Amino acid sequence: MRHWNGRRAALALLLLALLVLCAVTAAGCLLGEQAMVTDFSRKNLSPCGAFLFGTDWMGRDMLARTLTGLSLSIRIGLLTAGVSAVLALVLGLASALGGWVDSVVSWCIDLVMGIPHILLVMLISLAFGKGFVGVVAGVALSHWPSLARVIRGEVLQLKGATYVRTAEKLGVSRLQIARRHFLPHLLPQFLTGLVLQFPHAILHEASVTFLGFGLSSEQPAIGVILSESMNYLTTGKWWLAVFPGLSLVLVVVLFAAMGEQLRKLLDPASVHR
Amino acid sequence: MSLEGMGLTFGYRGKGKKGVLDHVDLCLEPGERLGLSGPSGRGKTTLCKLLSGYERPDKGRVLVDGKPLGEYKGLCPVQMIWQHPETAVDPLMKLGDTLREGGPVEEGLLEALHIQPAWLDRYPTELSGGELQRFCIARALRPGVKYLLCDEITAMLDLITQAQMWSFLLEQAERRQLGLLIVSHNSALLERLCTRIQPL
Repeated sequence: MRHWNGRRAALALLLLALLVLCAVTAAGCLLGEQAMVTDFSRKNLSPCGAFLFGTDWMGRDMLARTLTGLSLSIRIGLLTAGVSAVLALVLGLASALGGWVDSVVSWCIDLVMGIPHILLVMLISLAFGKGFVGVVAGVALSHWPSLARVIRGEVLQLKGATYVRTAEKLGVSRLQIARRHFLPHLLPQFLTGLVLQFPHAILHEASVTFLGFGLSSEQPAIGVILSESMNYLTTGKWWLAVFPGLSLVLVVVLFAAMGEQLRKLLDPASVHR
Repeated sequence: MSLEGMGLTFGYRGKGKKGVLDHVDLCLEPGERLGLSGPSGRGKTTLCKLLSGYERPDKGRVLVDGKPLGEYKGLCPVQMIWQHPETAVDPLMKLGDTLREGGPVEEGLLEALHIQPAWLDRYPTELSGGELQRFCIARALRPGVKYLLCDEITAMLDLITQAQMWSFLLEQAERRQLGLLIVSHNSALLERLCTRIQPL
């Protein structure tokens, strides 16, 4: 660790991204009140010193609204990515047991992956009655297959690996094998998969909300902000869509970068670098 | 008291009707050094896998000292040393942990195998195949092990190291009354080492 090597750079980037995202989440929580304040004396202001992102047709501060929306998106992302990653882990492990369980799980994976994501999220969200519950259920129940497939493959490979079989022959107990061999191989896959699900979850949450199948319109969600601003775009209020949209992209890119750096750090091949 | 394979028949699934092994018999006594020779693809490694319980024969039985191999729980008295040691060690485990996987290692074994203490803190990718093979041998030499199946274990080593390894193994086999099954393409090596050679 004497030099500024690849691992340290990756760690620094990871922490930086984490810090920014935490700051956005915290700021959004604190600005929740301010985002709802309407003041018709300052409506439709273009970006200026006092209002960096401008104000909308009800005089609400767009910076506060954007941050609150992003914060909400990140928290929903946290919840949905967590739920679907755990779902993926359980199903992936169950699938690796083989037999009919594997057939059932593999069939479900193929089924869910075969339906376009956004369509599935919309359908599940509708079935759960839209709103917060609908969005969370929709995103959580549609994002597990890819990670489940990775975990299933990894477990199957480990089960047949010579070093695992040799450990069995040396009389190592099943619990010890799980702890010594399976856990160190599966944990990086799981954590990376978890973090890389965030950007998907956030984008899909914003899209279904934008399309009107998600969060209700009184919540300052990014999807709501974007869909409302569509009505004002043609009248030249470009800042209503551009800044929230760019911020959403930035958050997604940060999450993706975080996942990528985490993958680099946890990659088996780089573990001792 | 011996390791017996009786009428061993085996075929890998999806490989067509023709199996790999067809009614092969083999008997290995403690203290004996049996050489197994044969061209590539004849099933030498497969036979080792059957004898050490990594695969189950389609027909036939494997008996260890009169008891079926599958009835042994815990440490298997038949241990196989693989041709490719890279696949037989966990890439995410330090070699010291790999070595102690089955329990503490006997005194003097590391020195005799020329394993340097510094290697214990390294990961498998940081050592060469020959160095890893020493760990695999040390790991397999548990007190309860009676038969050792050596599948081309020195094919990747230079001649001096080969001689070193084999003199070590012969000495250990002598002391522990191990039965050794030695698989090799090198007929000179087999003739030098073995008490008996069985073509496959």
